[in-house]
Amino acid sequence: MNQRTMHTLRAAAFAAATALVSYSAIAQNIRVAYIDPLSGAFAQTGEQGLAEFRFAADQINKRGGVLGGRKLEVLGFDSKVSPQEALNQLKRITDQGIRIITQGNGSNVAGALIEAVNRHNERNPGKEILFLNYAAVDPAFTNEKCSFWHFRFDANADMKMESLTTWMAGNKNIKKVYLINQDYSFGHAVKKAARAYLARKRPDIQIVGDDLHPLGKVTDFAPYVAKIKAAGADSVITGNWGQDMSLLVKAGKDAGLNVDWYTYYAGGLGTPTAMGEAAAGKVKIIAEYHSNVANNKAAKWDADYRKQAPKGNPDFYFLRGKIMWEMLAKAINQAKSAEPKAVAYALEGMRHAADLGEVEMRKSDHQLIQPLYVFTLQKSAARGGPKEAKIDMEGSGLAPVTDARLEAFTSAQPTSCQMKRP
Amino acid sequence: MLPVLFSAMEFVLVQTLNGISYGLLLFMLSSGLTLVFSLMGVLNFAHASFYMLGAYFAYQVSAKFGFWPALVVAPLLVGAVGMLVERWGLRTVHKYGHVAELLFTFGLAYLIEEAVHLIWGRLAVEYRVPAELDGPLFHIMGSQYPIYRGFMMLVSVTMLVSIWLALTRTRIGLVIQAALTHPQTVEALGHNVPRVFMLVFGGGAALAGLAGVIGGNAFVTEPGMAAAVGPIIFVIVVVGGMGSLAGAFVASLLIGCLQTFAVSLDWSLGGITVSQAAPVLPYLLMVLLLIFRPKGLMGTREG
Repeated sequence: MNQRTMHTLRAAAFAAATALVSYSAIAQNIRVAYIDPLSGAFAQTGEQGLAEFRFAADQINKRGGVLGGRKLEVLGFDSKVSPQEALNQLKRITDQGIRIITQGNGSNVAGALIEAVNRHNERNPGKEILFLNYAAVDPAFTNEKCSFWHFRFDANADMKMESLTTWMAGNKNIKKVYLINQDYSFGHAVKKAARAYLARKRPDIQIVGDDLHPLGKVTDFAPYVAKIKAAGADSVITGNWGQDMSLLVKAGKDAGLNVDWYTYYAGGLGTPTAMGEAAAGKVKIIAEYHSNVANNKAAKWDADYRKQAPKGNPDFYFLRGKIMWEMLAKAINQAKSAEPKAVAYALEGMRHAADLGEVEMRKSDHQLIQPLYVFTLQKSAARGGPKEAKIDMEGSGLAPVTDARLEAFTSAQPTSCQMKRP
Repeated sequence: MLPVLFSAMEFVLVQTLNGISYGLLLFMLSSGLTLVFSLMGVLNFAHASFYMLGAYFAYQVSAKFGFWPALVVAPLLVGAVGMLVERWGLRTVHKYGHVAELLFTFGLAYLIEEAVHLIWGRLAVEYRVPAELDGPLFHIMGSQYPIYRGFMMLVSVTMLVSIWLALTRTRIGLVIQAALTHPQTVEALGHNVPRVFMLVFGGGAALAGLAGVIGGNAFVTEPGMAAAVGPIIFVIVVVGGMGSLAGAFVASLLIGCLQTFAVSLDWSLGGITVSQAAPVLPYLLMVLLLIFRPKGLMGTREG
């Protein structure tokens, strides 16, 4: 090999390398950082979200990605449900040049992230970060603490109560309601909203009891159940989750308490298994999705997800997560850019034909307005329950069956947000 | 007037039964702890972890062979684990004194919790009350009382009587008591004192395991269950008097009823209701007792 061929070869190699670099710049993945618990007591909840979001990104990539061929990529960052830890992760995320984050577990974490993102974006024009919130439900985030960089895809705590009480108001059998909640900010918010909305919609309903108990510290709920029974309640509203939810329902069943439980989180990971058949026909949930909804256009997605779901978390849970990813892809394509500022402008006010009806990312406060369902956990059809109870939750034998669909407008509340746009 | 009085009576009666049955479960939990403490002087921080192991073993055994075999086998398995811990862990640490023992059991509690995570996962497992014990036992003026709560009480009382008989009426019980105060003499008489300690520790663990078998399906079997009951059983041991089995019994019933009745009261004190403060009351009782009567209700030694 002489000097000349050597030279040509080198030039060719160089050209090839440059081409590769510029090609990879065009085809660079759009990275989204997922900040939620991936270790500790809530790890399984965090891992479920991560698995569902990876699946969603894969589906979009299979259809050709965004911006004519760029792929979406989800990277997990462990928040340990701690605001401090989440902020450390945010630092790592900005160091790696990731511009879109998503989080859901813990309103305290979300609150810290919103503040940090606002500050970061103010100080680093041109390097802004976009925050997509899929589950942190403190109403403040789309009211007094609203931010141009924050978008919420879950109905907030007050909106869920608005829809739930609208449905309860139509049920004339409800006469005496008991409130029992965990003694911390979310429990207080549920209690306050339940009282206010019931008084507005059905002043004849009596609130016959109102208890707060410490978060995750009660082993024996029998004394509370005796109180509920003595008060003569026919319905109980509770924001309880995890062990506080399952133990309450089990204690109720043991004492032969005959009430309907109106809940937010009885469908949470592990809770149907822990409650078992004690919950059948008694426990109602308000949420945007369950696997047995009528005319379910997400049914194939749901089934495909289950086929590859991680062991131990078999269910498809976050329809709002699917909506979030679809809207993000749409916004990137509309903006013809993955720049957070452009994407945010494309997202606000966006209407989207989602699987269960049209949804809207309200421009005034960046709150997604979507239809919700009230549903009851029933014995699954396989265990002798009603035939609509086809797919059970986490193999527990409890399957969700719809009581009512509440159209998007029922939960839409006025906002106090005064959005500052860049 | 009469119906009001009737329903008030019903409420008090139901709450009393609830308080007693919860108290008896607390006693099952704390009896092993107080036994090990009074006999060996070891304050076992991993005691609640044995309770959790009992529940998980029972879940595993009952899935294959049913609840009744599990009721016997699971506590024995936990007892065996306890003996292994004593033989290969505590006995070695013992010579470095009580602080080392305390730290050892403290670390052990974390180890057991992580092991449970690895084997059974982080979520609740489907460990259920058996069908024959599921349902109402009797009705009190319209309120039903579950069979399983009655069963809990029965097991707990049987346990109390058998421990007491074993300690006071059997040969091994006498040897155990003697080994406590005069280990050298007992050894000189030809008894194997380390083996006695191993049996006692295993026995204490088995009692916690039994509580786990009973409590695991009455409540919930999940990795947080040890941490949830850990603090309260220490309160019972302190309130009852360090090392007093009878004291632990009285304290368990007292705390069970105290919590149950406090929940029923909606009297407000500066914006906080008694019901809201109910879970703190046992700790308040402990602090007050430590100030005014440090040896506890029926304890024989100070602190």
